[in-house]
Amino acid sequence: MSFRSGLLALALALSAAALPASAADTPKHGGTFTYMIPADAPPTLDAHRETTYATVHATAPFYSVLIRIDPANPTSATDYVCDLCTELPKPTDEGKTWTFKIRDGVKWHDGSALTAADVAKSWQELVHPSTGVLSARLPYYTMIDTIAATDASTVVFKLKFATSAFLPALADPFAYIYKKEVLDRDPHWYEKNVMGSGPFIFKDLQIGQSITGVRNPNYYMPGLPYLDGFVGIFTPKQAVEIDAIRSDRASMEFRGMPPSARDQLVKELGDKIAIQTGDWNCVNIITANHGKKPFDDPRVRRALMLAIDLWHGAPALAKIANVRTVGGIVFPGSPLAATKEELEKIPGYWPDIDKSRAEARRLLKEAGAEGLTFELMNRNVDQPYKYIATWVIDEWSKVGLKVTQKVLPTGPFFDSLRNSSFDVTVDFNCQGLINPALDVGKFLPHSVYSENYGNYEDPKDIELYQKMLHEIDPAKQRIAMREYETYILDTQAHAIMMPWWERIVPMRSYVKGWKIGPSHYVNQDLATIWLDK
Amino acid sequence: MYQYIAKRVLLTIPTLLGAAALVFLLMRLIPGDICLVRLGGGGGSFDPKALVACHTEIGVDRPVIVQFLEFIWGIIRFDFGTSMWSGKPVTTEILARLPISLEIAILGTAVAIAIAIPLGTISALKQNTWIDVAVRIFAIGGIATPSFWLGIMSVLLVLDVSAAITGTPWMPPIDYVPIWKDPIRNLSMAILPAITVGYRYAAVSMRMTRSAMLEVMREDYVRTARAKGLKNKLIVNRHALKNALLPVVTLLGIEFAFLIGGLVVTEQVFNLNGVGRLFVQAVQNQDYTLTQALVMLTVAIFVFTNLLVDLLYGWLDPRIHFA
Repeated sequence: MSFRSGLLALALALSAAALPASAADTPKHGGTFTYMIPADAPPTLDAHRETTYATVHATAPFYSVLIRIDPANPTSATDYVCDLCTELPKPTDEGKTWTFKIRDGVKWHDGSALTAADVAKSWQELVHPSTGVLSARLPYYTMIDTIAATDASTVVFKLKFATSAFLPALADPFAYIYKKEVLDRDPHWYEKNVMGSGPFIFKDLQIGQSITGVRNPNYYMPGLPYLDGFVGIFTPKQAVEIDAIRSDRASMEFRGMPPSARDQLVKELGDKIAIQTGDWNCVNIITANHGKKPFDDPRVRRALMLAIDLWHGAPALAKIANVRTVGGIVFPGSPLAATKEELEKIPGYWPDIDKSRAEARRLLKEAGAEGLTFELMNRNVDQPYKYIATWVIDEWSKVGLKVTQKVLPTGPFFDSLRNSSFDVTVDFNCQGLINPALDVGKFLPHSVYSENYGNYEDPKDIELYQKMLHEIDPAKQRIAMREYETYILDTQAHAIMMPWWERIVPMRSYVKGWKIGPSHYVNQDLATIWLDK
Repeated sequence: MYQYIAKRVLLTIPTLLGAAALVFLLMRLIPGDICLVRLGGGGGSFDPKALVACHTEIGVDRPVIVQFLEFIWGIIRFDFGTSMWSGKPVTTEILARLPISLEIAILGTAVAIAIAIPLGTISALKQNTWIDVAVRIFAIGGIATPSFWLGIMSVLLVLDVSAAITGTPWMPPIDYVPIWKDPIRNLSMAILPAITVGYRYAAVSMRMTRSAMLEVMREDYVRTARAKGLKNKLIVNRHALKNALLPVVTLLGIEFAFLIGGLVVTEQVFNLNGVGRLFVQAVQNQDYTLTQALVMLTVAIFVFTNLLVDLLYGWLDPRIHFA
């Protein structure tokens, strides 16, 4: 190619980019979207009480939320937009009072008007559930004191303390807005029934089989949704999902597939398949039981960390398992996350693995734990648990540790975690929206955070966390987070981070208007999806 | 005969109660907690108060003996309670899955009978010929091939063949529609699993038919029939086959009962929302009430299928009397 023709190609490419969206990019209305929900069935239809994606993937299209992450930019950690509110407010009272104005003219699917009272009541049930009502994510809302509807279109949240964790907590995709009148009558009604104000109206549920919705003609977002309706089919087996996408029985599933499935679909479908990938706000952690010798010794825990070559292991593992990015305790790439340079200063992240392993051997010798033999407990889940465990056992063997893997089904696995009947375990921290200040609560002692299974008490850990949580200046909060992270990963080596998960979502290429987020819980209302058929 | 049936039905009561006690105890011996799986399974955070509320809601915080007595009292009243996982009545959960399991079991049995009895009979009549060898190889293939593998292969075959012929891969629907709503869609979903299950089932029954026929064909009454000059077709159909079917019917009965709740892997391969899948799900979730009810259902199906088989004996062999 000559210089002139090269310039011409570049100019054409740039002018094409400057042109308005082509006809192919213009959303089309109509069609029924069929997708798969990789689960047997949601336990109930009430997202307030459930923690599984099966509930969100099945019911999110029927409901509205107060605010959410921008569907056009769901990977952002800060880009929140209104759903039911008119605009994101500026807080008053030194960041402790947030006043939301609710849209006019929003209708429930039964035709009645949605008011601020409905929003306030839904949030009251989430934060201060009535007796006998289960709200699964209470720890996310620790900062919220009261919620009140001051008039038909105003909801006021008063916080116990100002924190950057409030808006992400408010954008929780499980925080559906329910009708006050229904909740007053029967707070359990939403467990078995659906009635929201979202882009789709519930049509049918076949237990364990499928869920169907049709377009809400009165939806408050102009022009949305694009689809006439959707069918979500419960398909717990990945082999079925691949075959179904291949034969176009279904267009996609939203949770994510391993690299092998992606490669197979790309090979078989070529340009008929599109792949979206991104870091997943989910990570495996290796947790040693501090209550068992010699894991009570930080030197031993640090040695376990130093033996693992994260920088070289992550890209190799990414070829076979859904993990990718090396990171610290905070979701990689988010404002509070450590940079590569910051990480490389922490033992276990040193770029020179020979130096790390020499130090690991020295620490083991010093602690009298040379050639240590122990059991690594794992959960009976293939991706990426078993891949992670197999790899890490091999890494540990390089410093003379003799480790065997003990795989348990989910029930007994959780039982062993709670009873501390393990030496070292593959643990996990999976969150929805990126909310670093709350997500890293996982590293607090069990007495403070019930899903920490390290079996230790550590006042310094709590102190550093609280300092970080209550800091509202972003720069200072970042510094506080580094202190906390260094303490967790280096000083105490309470946790050993594995590479963060990678979310791989293959979809038929005619599915448009959906963007992958950092979690399989977010961006699931299907309002912006359209079919380019 | 009615006395016999009444006695057999009454005998099912201690059998069911014994099974109930056993499954109640075994479920509680498995370590784990349904509420932990439910609240912590996704990896997020939950409040310890939520765990307590969950225990209270499903009633596992009460003494085990109280739970047991309540369970037995429920069985006596045919009330199996609500699923601890979904909160729906256990009967709703099972009835939602039973039609597909029943349909596959019936179709699978039909496939098995259609293959096993003619081929088993031919194999016996043509003993030690190439036909016999071919049938035996076919039968051993069916026994040796796991149903799930056959299922996966059959779906892949359909996908590849349809892609080669039409350019677009095709596979059966993955969502169940009752046969009375859309028979073609229903059967296109059910036919592959029925063949997959029926083949293994046929293989076992075929070998049984062959060996029973070989034995019967050597009986004195068959020789007498031949000596009387009866046509071979009449001897086989009227005298030999009917008698040879006794052990085959027993086997078919046991296999049919197994198919209702035992198609765990096949149901997953074909995305069938059946009782087998529900069974696995219930055990994994440690849903005591649902697992208990499913075990009771399976036991009841086994007991009543065996009763039906026993009654069929009388029709097949008039020498058998129910005293």
